[in-house]
Amino acid sequence: MSASLTLLVLASVLFAVGLYVMMERNLTRILLGFLLVGNGVNIFIFLMSGRPGSAPITPDSGDAAGLADPVPQVFILTAIVINFGITAFLLALIYRSWWLAQLGEDGDTVLSDQDEDDEDSAQVFEQAHDDDEAIQEALDASDDDDDTPATSTPPHPTDAASVPEAGDRP
Amino acid sequence: MLLVVCAFAALALATPLLTRWWGTRVFSVVAILPAAAFVYTLTQSATVIAGGEYTESVPWIPQLGIALSFRVDALSWLLALIVTGVGALVLLYCASYFSPSEPALGRFASILLLFAGIMYGLVTSDDVVVMFIFWEATSVLSYLLIGHYTSRKESRGAAIQALLVTTFGGLAMLVGVAILVVQAGSTSLAVIVATPLHGPIISTAIILVIVGAGSKSALVPFHFWLPAAMEAPTPVSAYLHAAAMVKAGIYLIARLAPGFADTPGWRETLITVGLITMLVGGWRSLRQNDLKLVLAYGTISQLGFLALIAGYGSRDSALAAASLLVAHTLYKAALFLTVGIIEHRTGTRDLRRLSGLRRSQPVLAVIALVSVASMAGVPPFFGFVAKEAAFTALFDSGGSGDAWGWIALVGIVVGSVITFAYSARFLWGAFAVKRETAATPVTHPDNGVILIAPGILALFTVAAGLASPWLDHALSAYADTLGTGDYHLALWHGIEPALVLTALVVMVGAVVVWQRIRVTRFQATVPPWINASGAYWQIIRYIDSFSHAITVRVQRFGLPGYIAAVLGVFIAAVGAATIMNRTWPNEVTLWDYPAQVFIAVAMIIAALCAARATQRIAAVLLVGVTGYGMVTLFAVQGAPDLALTQALVETITLVVFVLVLRRLPSDMITRHRPRHQVFKALVATTAGGVLGIAGFIALGARQHESVSERMPELALEAHGHNVVNVMLVDIRAWDTMGEIAVLVVVATGIASLIFVNKRTGGAPQLPQARPTRQLRNRRAIVLEPDTRSATVLNGDSSTLLPDPDAPTRGAFLIAGRTLSARNRSILVEVLTRLLFHPAIVLSLYLLFVGHNMPGGGFAGGLVAGLALVTRYLAGGRYELGEALGIDAGRILGTGILLATGTALLGLFLGGEVLQSTWFQQDLGWVGEISIGTTTLFDIGVYLVVVGLILDVLRSLGAEIDRHLDEGVQANDTLTDSPAEANR
Repeated sequence: MSASLTLLVLASVLFAVGLYVMMERNLTRILLGFLLVGNGVNIFIFLMSGRPGSAPITPDSGDAAGLADPVPQVFILTAIVINFGITAFLLALIYRSWWLAQLGEDGDTVLSDQDEDDEDSAQVFEQAHDDDEAIQEALDASDDDDDTPATSTPPHPTDAASVPEAGDRP
Repeated sequence: MLLVVCAFAALALATPLLTRWWGTRVFSVVAILPAAAFVYTLTQSATVIAGGEYTESVPWIPQLGIALSFRVDALSWLLALIVTGVGALVLLYCASYFSPSEPALGRFASILLLFAGIMYGLVTSDDVVVMFIFWEATSVLSYLLIGHYTSRKESRGAAIQALLVTTFGGLAMLVGVAILVVQAGSTSLAVIVATPLHGPIISTAIILVIVGAGSKSALVPFHFWLPAAMEAPTPVSAYLHAAAMVKAGIYLIARLAPGFADTPGWRETLITVGLITMLVGGWRSLRQNDLKLVLAYGTISQLGFLALIAGYGSRDSALAAASLLVAHTLYKAALFLTVGIIEHRTGTRDLRRLSGLRRSQPVLAVIALVSVASMAGVPPFFGFVAKEAAFTALFDSGGSGDAWGWIALVGIVVGSVITFAYSARFLWGAFAVKRETAATPVTHPDNGVILIAPGILALFTVAAGLASPWLDHALSAYADTLGTGDYHLALWHGIEPALVLTALVVMVGAVVVWQRIRVTRFQATVPPWINASGAYWQIIRYIDSFSHAITVRVQRFGLPGYIAAVLGVFIAAVGAATIMNRTWPNEVTLWDYPAQVFIAVAMIIAALCAARATQRIAAVLLVGVTGYGMVTLFAVQGAPDLALTQALVETITLVVFVLVLRRLPSDMITRHRPRHQVFKALVATTAGGVLGIAGFIALGARQHESVSERMPELALEAHGHNVVNVMLVDIRAWDTMGEIAVLVVVATGIASLIFVNKRTGGAPQLPQARPTRQLRNRRAIVLEPDTRSATVLNGDSSTLLPDPDAPTRGAFLIAGRTLSARNRSILVEVLTRLLFHPAIVLSLYLLFVGHNMPGGGFAGGLVAGLALVTRYLAGGRYELGEALGIDAGRILGTGILLATGTALLGLFLGGEVLQSTWFQQDLGWVGEISIGTTTLFDIGVYLVVVGLILDVLRSLGAEIDRHLDEGVQANDTLTDSPAEANR
């Protein structure tokens, strides 16, 4: 089996252009890239059919000779409809993000969120460290050391911490 | 036994709900289940003690030889009794411990109950993989229980620490277990233990398993998580961290000891680690002021003791281990519960603040005294019996020339002295009358029911001590699996080395207690040699900063960067494969027919222009050109279904694009950096090239006959001529099921994104629309020009007000006059009026002929959707409501229900899911009709597509119209849409 070089080139070009358009921060461009890639890939699947034939509708005689390969067609049909669904969904997302971010004339271009990410992850670690330190302090507080003889009664952190634990204190 | 586990799971699921009704009483009710499991296990006693076993097995993953197999032998029986018995008592205790106002009580009760079931599964499962799953489940549940007070930092820190340490050990153990399974050729624990295995790889596996057991049972160097886990509510500490979970590691050691005690590395490791743990735990315990932490470090110490004696590997030591396991469970659970009661009643558990409880809490004091005496190894309690057994076992072993016996013996004698000291310190701290401290007031008395659970445990401590000869019989059943021995449990063996050692322990211990101030000073001078938790923090901190650094480095390029990274992998992987390829297609076809080239060139130009376009609409149209190019290709190359569908989809897509893009600025802002542009172009071109070459090779490389060959024949079997459609609704109907499910999700998602608050309901309808639906009225209203009825919608209400600017022109559509004159087009209105109904008929035609001719549910649904689009475009959102006022969700629901129902129908008709059946009838001149379940399925598809398009129009069309009309801003509320007000 050999495939039409024309269609192969067409699929590759659609694929490449779609990817190029996709590598953007602008959501509409990303969606357009998605559509182009979708078309390119569909042509690829279509190439599996081999040489073109007549529509895959079996005549009453049952003679299937010369019919186009139906299997890729089924895949593509599914892909087309799903593509439509995803497109509509992405459009809703675009509208919503534009709306929420109040981007106005900036349109739907998402800004770089790198610095924010850095801060966020640093914060997460800080919180984890806080938790770790809190439990370590609670443990150390119970450890008897020489400066405070066992008989003295200094204010004790574990007491304060344990108050909610007994549950039904008013 | 599997049934027991399932019962726990089921009841745990229901517990949150029951808690809503019964409050804290739910604990007493659900305690019945572990109690029942306890009784059930008791009924197995006779067989098990006689050396028999109960087994059951349900195949699970036969390919890997993994089965849900359970086996209750003497050891499992013992632990099952401990787990279920203490579980029931602790749950009972919870009923008094918690107040009804306790937050998240239902979750807590559910998890605690489930934990009991999981523990039961862990100790009874015979399949080592299943056991491992239970093992990990206990880690997760323990995490949830320790972190019960989610708002407290200490709880969170302790919970995550316990989780990380125990799962780390669990992973090490998994490797060890996998080695054992492979070497023994079976996943059954019984078989693994019975198979003689040797060699360095077995030693490695054993060490890994010990790491797992050690992390679970808080052995050095993993011990530090246990004191931190004391942040959990006290019942959790009593159950998980004294009686059940920490015993899992000991159980595993005891389980494997009969087979692996002689493996090099086993005894050495366990004796060393056990001794260090025993001494470190006891040493730290002496320094604690928090009663709970005194017990926690004491538990570590005793777990070290248990690990040592359980791993020692002789018959007598195994008997001692089993006894010590029982004794420790009884006294330690009772003591934790005692601390819980003290805290509950006085509000503190700091021994420096407690004084005089001996007088105010006599019953509690007696319970504690019994348990502490057992812990210290004082006769006549069971702890004494167990410790005697351990002393004798090690003494005899040392006497028979085993140096490890002497080392272990000296170690546990020293450990026992410390145990005696901290036991006394606990008793003194909790109950003594201290001159310096005023008597602690009981701020929160209760009715004494809370004493039942620790009371029963203390009772068992006494009874077990007295009944030790009988218990000897039961516990020997496990011990005898390790060989022979003649030691028997008893309170009195005569004057023996063990008794002398006990006396020595008590005397030295008493001296330590007497000189406690000096001991404390001495302890303060000793530097902390082992700082395992410090090392843990260091490691965690290092991992944190490492992952932070990785994250910052890898995730800094935004979306384009990620796509480029994905493409990079694609290029590298597929590119390498194409470079290595040696078989090229031997013939090349330039084109199938000359027109192909023209279509392709047009599409390429459109795509390239689309990439350069900065205007939104222009770019969308250009992409649309490639879509219509696809239509042409499909049409010419024998794919009428595809051509039809793609044409319809392209059209609707264009409309939807325009609906959304009208709100966005017309130009797309792209920030171009020349260097980036070149890089992107390079990546994209290479990826496209690689794809093309890979495709070229792949297409020329077909070796097998295509599956398509048989499709036309199969289609005829399914009463259809159109192979594509038959495949969609019959041969590959599962794919279609998945697809329409996606469409339903997508439609719901779109509506949710746009409506935000309330997405159900149909498109808005005219208030006076109902009478106009009658044919007579409609004709009158629609065709009669009437200035006063020309209206616009008044801002926020649903009333229709006369529009003074409206022309005196009639409308061809019901809601035509709701649009302002500027937005109306007579031509479009007339065309819509003329075409809508034929379009609907056409869509139904396509739906029903689809089986034999181009068409089908997708195409039909799209045509109907397009008809709706026309109505909406011509008459606005009220027209859409008039055209199809039903909630889109209902259409989608009906569609998916129809499809699923059809799929299941096959089952009821005695076939498989989605198996089709037909009903054929000759209708004379109309022709032959063949209605099958496939037709119903296709109707479902049709409805889903219509529903999707209606939802899209309702959201992206009608709702955005409303935003525009009303100037709704993002921060305004979106609740009161006219659609709702109208109803």
